[in-house]
Amino acid sequence: MSTSTGTAASTKQRRLGFKERVNNLPRAVKILLWVVFAVFLFMLPLLNIPFITTEGSDFGGVLFTVATYVLVALGLNIVVGYAGLLDLGYVGFYAIGAYTVGVLSAEHAKLSWVVVVPIAIVVAMVSGVVLGAPTLRVRGDYLAIVTLGFGEIVRLTLVNSEWLGASRGISDIPKPPGVELFEVPSIDWSSGAPVVDLDTTSTFLKFGITDFVPYYWLALGVIALVLLFDILVKSSRVGRAWEATREDEDAAELMGVPTFRFKLLAFALGAAIGGLSGALFATKAGFINPQSFELLLSILFIAAVVVGGAGNRWGVIVGAIVVAYFPERFREFADFRVLVFGLALMLLAIFRPQGLLPPRRTVRAKRADARQAVLEEGEASA
Amino acid sequence: MPESTEPNRPDTSAESTAQTTPEATAEPTAAAAADDATTRPAVTPTTDATAPLADPADEVTEINPDVDITPDDIGVPEVAEGERLLEVDDVTLRFGGVVALNEVSFHINKGEILGLIGPNGAGKTTCFNVMTGVYQPTSGGIRYLGKPLGKRKKFQITKLGIARTFQNIRLFANMTALENVLVGVDAHHSTGIGAAMFRLPKHRREEAQGYARAMELLTFMGLDGKADELARNLPYGDQRRLEIARALATSPQLLCLDEPAAGFNPAEKAKLMELIRTIRDQGYTVLLIEHDMKLVMGVTDRIVVLEFGRKIAEGSPAEIRDNPAVIAAYLGVDEEDAS
Amino acid sequence: MQNLIDNFFSYTITGLTIGAVYALVALGYTLVYGVLRLINFAHSEVFMYGTFGALWVVMLLGGKPGGSVGQVIFWVVMMFVAAMAMSGLIAVILERVAYRPLRKRNAPPLIALISAIGASFVLAELMGLRSRVAGWVGLDDTLREYVRNSRNNAGLPSIISPQPIFSVGGYNVTNVDLIVIIGAIAIMVVLDQFVKRSRLGRGIRAVAMDPEAAALMGVNRDRVIQVTFLVGGVMAGAAAVFYMLKIGITRYDAGFILGVKAFTAAVLGGIGNLRGALLGGFILGLAENYGSAVVGSQWKDVVAFVLLVLILLVRPTGLLGESLGKARA
Repeated sequence: MSTSTGTAASTKQRRLGFKERVNNLPRAVKILLWVVFAVFLFMLPLLNIPFITTEGSDFGGVLFTVATYVLVALGLNIVVGYAGLLDLGYVGFYAIGAYTVGVLSAEHAKLSWVVVVPIAIVVAMVSGVVLGAPTLRVRGDYLAIVTLGFGEIVRLTLVNSEWLGASRGISDIPKPPGVELFEVPSIDWSSGAPVVDLDTTSTFLKFGITDFVPYYWLALGVIALVLLFDILVKSSRVGRAWEATREDEDAAELMGVPTFRFKLLAFALGAAIGGLSGALFATKAGFINPQSFELLLSILFIAAVVVGGAGNRWGVIVGAIVVAYFPERFREFADFRVLVFGLALMLLAIFRPQGLLPPRRTVRAKRADARQAVLEEGEASA
Repeated sequence: MPESTEPNRPDTSAESTAQTTPEATAEPTAAAAADDATTRPAVTPTTDATAPLADPADEVTEINPDVDITPDDIGVPEVAEGERLLEVDDVTLRFGGVVALNEVSFHINKGEILGLIGPNGAGKTTCFNVMTGVYQPTSGGIRYLGKPLGKRKKFQITKLGIARTFQNIRLFANMTALENVLVGVDAHHSTGIGAAMFRLPKHRREEAQGYARAMELLTFMGLDGKADELARNLPYGDQRRLEIARALATSPQLLCLDEPAAGFNPAEKAKLMELIRTIRDQGYTVLLIEHDMKLVMGVTDRIVVLEFGRKIAEGSPAEIRDNPAVIAAYLGVDEEDAS
Repeated sequence: MQNLIDNFFSYTITGLTIGAVYALVALGYTLVYGVLRLINFAHSEVFMYGTFGALWVVMLLGGKPGGSVGQVIFWVVMMFVAAMAMSGLIAVILERVAYRPLRKRNAPPLIALISAIGASFVLAELMGLRSRVAGWVGLDDTLREYVRNSRNNAGLPSIISPQPIFSVGGYNVTNVDLIVIIGAIAIMVVLDQFVKRSRLGRGIRAVAMDPEAAALMGVNRDRVIQVTFLVGGVMAGAAAVFYMLKIGITRYDAGFILGVKAFTAAVLGGIGNLRGALLGGFILGLAENYGSAVVGSQWKDVVAFVLLVLILLVRPTGLLGESLGKARA
């Protein structure tokens, strides 16, 4: 037991050492690294890297799905990771975002995509406030079930409301306007070595119906914006108020934090980002129906956040990638996807309870605990 | 809930008895009785068992009394030195059939250190809870700065300038020491989502001001070297001090300390007395709940004694020491404890 | 509205029967929540396994419509035995595999929920893939009848044909309705007495009240938790039998929505409170049936959740408050 803790701690120290080394690099090198990384993400769907690239399903489409999950996870992380509110009905906001786009750009009006998406965000945010205002006063576990119920109410409303297309859904959702700036070639590996294939290209930015790569680029851009927003807000009074509320609601209130207001804010922001993800989903799919918004999706979203490490934005990104990508990559085992996923969740919970990338606080706390353990052992043997 | 109702207080553990006995026997009867009742609460009941215990080998952190920590102007009316800052006015609090506070009245003057003492279950913490808005009194009320507090919420009362610490430490365990204090400073800030998102001048100004004040407070407490440690990883004594720093960060007119010396050894208690005096000298009014008679007698200007939810005495430390009702109250506890 | 008035008793009886099922499943949630303070997300699968236990034993015994009274009683009794055993076993395994390792490591509550979700997926999928599972162990031929079309509905032969026993307000109350309602109440009374009077029941209450104090007083916490899961599982098994008698169809994912509803019932009554779970179950069953009569049956689930939200707003700790031990802060 003690040896395993020791090794775990030392691995962590090494990794932090790596992080420090990166931080100590000159500013120019750091920027260069970021640029390289960004270009890599941008090119990813066209690199066709063997093994990583999904066979059987379009890799651009898969990456887009992964990107939506990342976006959802970032939004849900504000609610679950920062403010500590267990929201099991996140799919409700996702659906509201998607349906707002559907209703306003196809079913009942023909508004432009550029107008519709902001409206979708606002509608989702307002529904977050409407749901949160009465329910955020009840205790945590109840919030879980109330939100679960909310997700189900949204879905059932979609199924039963003719105005929203009932079970047939909404189709012919228009594509966003694009600008055709340049063509990006892809890489062909069929000869065993990478060859630039100038015939198979994606156009930046042309939103068509066969090539999903531009949608992925769009999602990537949105993620970058949301991430920036997340970083700015988290490192402010707002972020501290969320964390204090999560740690001890009464103490926070007695230190002058209007906890209810901040919980509601987290809830509304989470809802807005959920709505945005849903809007993107509707845009790419062009067709939505209630089956796209099953309750199970909420559970997957929560799993993405917790698997990665609730409270750490990079962790939840990793979690979202794991939850969204692996089932797609291993489609040949389609029958066993859910089974394996379930097993993976259980194993993760047992062997990596803080998530794949735990928040910095947990890492540091563990280091300190390890130090403490070493000290105690020293005393015991002395 | 348990932190606020005194009957739920953890009973004297073997550890604390062992720790307090030698010192207690050397003290006057009343003090000894009170000291016996001193308990060492769990270090951080909100976290798990991983919080480090106070290590006797740890040296006591030295405070830096010269750092200027005078309260910021928080926009409440000034009260002249020696005038009434807060009045507890005939407060009665009932929980079902239990009367936790029974027509309790006393007041706190600006600039003084008032001790609130009494045997276990006397209603001291409950009194704090009424003053800070955790409970609404069944009848009677609190007047603060000459006006009734009414049904204000907890965070609104904090903004008006009443801050407190907790009997069982309740820090934000997974935040750093600095962040804990910053939350306190934030009480008077108004940076919202927009200001934070666009890094408006308001955000920058408030962050800079908040950081400066938080670091001053940490330096004052001798914790500046541990600003980036997680609260849960601090030694016990530092956690107690950090709680005081967090409360001071809200620039309170009235600072309520709920048994700040619980679990301290005599050396640490002496330092704490120093600390409380320094805090007063820097312009704060202090209300102190404490079991250690020596500490209370040594540091307070006036003392209010509660027993079974009633005020049984009020006066200077010397008067309280000789008050027969107080001695009886404590001897009564002594007999109970002994049986 | 006219519909509800005309068929009031019909909706009432249906509401009570489905409410009884909710109540029994809700007991499992409430027991585990009381002792461990965690939402046993996988309890719905415990129930689902019970429905299959009940189904398979009837198939095994060759149950079919039109059996003699003695046969029918035998089949029903065997359904209870099989479903309770199946659900109880699954619940205990669940605790061993998905929860106990976490408890030993002091994992945060959110992680227990993840483990529970994982376990729920695994259990449901194993049932959904049962033809494959049987293939792996080489029993697919022997068990052909039991595992075929493992993703489709599986129906119970109607071993009891619904016979009207008496009539209330124009609605014929059938023997099945009576068995379900009376049987469920009987089982609840037994459970209530068990928790109140038996040694293990006292242990459950002690752990719910204060785990550490209970441990100090010599209560074996692990054992109490195991018994709690077992009792919750057995109750779910009983619910599964009533469900099969009344509804008659099950599937590998039949547990999910029913589980959510049952948990809603537990919260409605005040989670951690046994009688609250019963009350919550019946109220939910009645309310969603009355509600669906008024606004249309497709809105049944919406009615249930709206009711939950409304009640929590008025009474944040549920109808009867939360107390297996005592309310906590």
